[in-house]
Amino acid sequence: MAGEKTVETTGLLGWIDRRFPLTTLFKEHMSEYYAPKNFNFWYFFGSLALLVLVIQIVTGIFLVMNYKPDAKLAFDSVEYIMREVPWGWLIRYMHSTGASMFFVVVYLHMLRGLFYGSYRKPRELVWIFGVAIFLCLMAEAFMGYLLPWGQMSYWGAQVIVNLFAAIPFIGPDLAIWIRGDYVVSDATLNRFFAFHVIAVPLVLIGLVVAHIIALHEVGSNNPDGVEIKAGPKDAKGHPVDGIPFHPYYSVHDIMGVAGFLIIFAAIVFFAPEMGGYFLEFNNFIPADSMKTPPHIAPVWYFTPFYSMLRATTSDFTWILSAGAVIAAAALFLKGNLKGVMRVAVPVILIVVAVLFKVIDAKFWGVVVMGGAVVILFFLPWLDHSPVKSIRYRPTWHKYLYAVFIVNFLILGYLGTQAPSDVFNIMSQIGTVIYLAFFLVMPVWSRLGTFKPVPERITFHPH
Amino acid sequence: MIKKLLGALALSLTCTVSIAAESGHPLETAPDRLNDMASLQNGAKLFVNYCLSCHSANSMRYNKLTEIGLSDDEIKKNLLFTGDKVGDLMRIAMTPDDAKKWFGTAPPDLSVIARAKSINLGPTGVDYIYTFLRSYYRDTTKLSGWDNLVFPNVAMPNVLWQRQGERSLNRVTTHQVANEDGTTSWERVTAKYDPQGYSEVKTEKLENYRGDPSVRAVLESSNPAAAFDNDVADLSNFLGWMAEPVQLKRKQMGVWVLLFLALFLVVSWRLNSVYWKDVK
Repeated sequence: MAGEKTVETTGLLGWIDRRFPLTTLFKEHMSEYYAPKNFNFWYFFGSLALLVLVIQIVTGIFLVMNYKPDAKLAFDSVEYIMREVPWGWLIRYMHSTGASMFFVVVYLHMLRGLFYGSYRKPRELVWIFGVAIFLCLMAEAFMGYLLPWGQMSYWGAQVIVNLFAAIPFIGPDLAIWIRGDYVVSDATLNRFFAFHVIAVPLVLIGLVVAHIIALHEVGSNNPDGVEIKAGPKDAKGHPVDGIPFHPYYSVHDIMGVAGFLIIFAAIVFFAPEMGGYFLEFNNFIPADSMKTPPHIAPVWYFTPFYSMLRATTSDFTWILSAGAVIAAAALFLKGNLKGVMRVAVPVILIVVAVLFKVIDAKFWGVVVMGGAVVILFFLPWLDHSPVKSIRYRPTWHKYLYAVFIVNFLILGYLGTQAPSDVFNIMSQIGTVIYLAFFLVMPVWSRLGTFKPVPERITFHPH
Repeated sequence: MIKKLLGALALSLTCTVSIAAESGHPLETAPDRLNDMASLQNGAKLFVNYCLSCHSANSMRYNKLTEIGLSDDEIKKNLLFTGDKVGDLMRIAMTPDDAKKWFGTAPPDLSVIARAKSINLGPTGVDYIYTFLRSYYRDTTKLSGWDNLVFPNVAMPNVLWQRQGERSLNRVTTHQVANEDGTTSWERVTAKYDPQGYSEVKTEKLENYRGDPSVRAVLESSNPAAAFDNDVADLSNFLGWMAEPVQLKRKQMGVWVLLFLALFLVVSWRLNSVYWKDVK
């Protein structure tokens, strides 16, 4: 028939395939997407992140049916969902637990990328889309947290929006523009609601699609960090070290889902507050603009970055300033920058070093906190090691990763605590370790004796 | 790597120290009676009689009490005083503005107070309420004539005083004071509050004291405390239940959900093994 495509499928599927590439898409992304055979435990977290995204969207839809984005009604409407809406408590606990578990899963997913060099060429865009997802997730969580309109919702939002006021010149006006008022108020609640339920999720879903398309374009990395496409191929041209994602990894991921849901359900049904870390106890007090809580702490997943913000005092900017001067000297004397850049970059760094002491430390706190996330975008170009996977790096690199992880956890712990002199010094040391890990990576990542990387992946049949 | 991670996590959790209350007064652990319907019913009765005239519970309907074994008729006959209907929310007639005039602050809504007063990885809000309601003492210098060890300068008087009987307090405070010449020295303040709330305060200077500041407060009761403590335990228990009425059902259901998921895990694990059996 004129204008109709010839396809292999028949019947209804054939009818669809002549109009929409359903079978082609399924083959491309599932049944003929070849993934390395040697995925380990760490490779569960990608599919689990997708599962949590679906949980958040579905439970979110049902919550919006009963939630009232109004400063007078919001707090009570959440309790209404908890008590009067049939199964409302389950939906709400799934959503609140889902928020925290999203970060658990995403942090582990990112750590996997770090371990096996999944951000290295040619996967830079997979990683960049991923970091953008992480940023969106932070925005989503921050704005969603205002909605229950409890004391922590209110004062957490107040503290974070006030950070924007530290930006020179435009800061105070910018903060008012974000809030829509001089303090966090009904106007703020309404706009955060709009961003939380539609604007950010739309971007998030778009980025997730881009993340997966980019991944399937270049193929998955694996714990050995060797390219299966470079290895031997079978008669049909598929890599012999690869295996079709469906059914092998779909059944494998279902097993991961089952394990994850056991943990998830244990929290939802037996410890939905998670000791006050998933649902903060202070947030069961309705927002009161006249009563500042003695101790304002963000939810646990923000606390490492919150620690870095608090660590940046006016004393600490001396250290940042010294760091910039040392970097300038090192780049000028030892760096391999060419031409004008050889002078320009160190000069810029010296200017920054001066600005550290000229502009208020509060602003630099915001820069350090933001920079701690933004620096992740540059990871593909910071890592200069000749191997991708941690398996073939020098042993001391592994200790460096261990220090980085423990440091991140300590920063997280410190962020939950009320500030004190000792904790402040600890979080300053932690901030230096975190930043130095990335900023000095171009130097340390190429040092040491690397182990020989095998030609093929290491796979032990189950 | 996982072991290192878990080790670090365990370390960071053990470092967490829970602080007892705003005042630093240690909180006692309330008896766990969440599954005891008689206790919850007694608590509901005390709550409606003693609390629900100044405090509201705006998220709570009277007929929700059917979940702790009361019938609509029993609720109507024993717990509805103000012409409310059994399906109404537990609201109060006092407006927040009036409350502010009379007490200096509006009494908080108690719907979720037991959750609000919990401390991260520490005592629960039920423990807080249990200790708070048993820590009142007479102090004539306060507006209401009462003060509280858990919540110093509390605006709320001891509404349960008739059930509690006479109380006296002995408090020994050791703290550092600044002298006029800029140096500091330690002093010990012993305060005795009699059952009428008149206090006798003795201050002594401590020479060569080495140690931390401390407060030791002992309440003495003329009545045997058991009956009162029992009532307060029931009332705290009820407030704990009211903060999340679904909690009993939630845990029962959770057991079945976990059993199902465990079965699902076994099935998916076997399915996975069958598929991967031939992958060489």
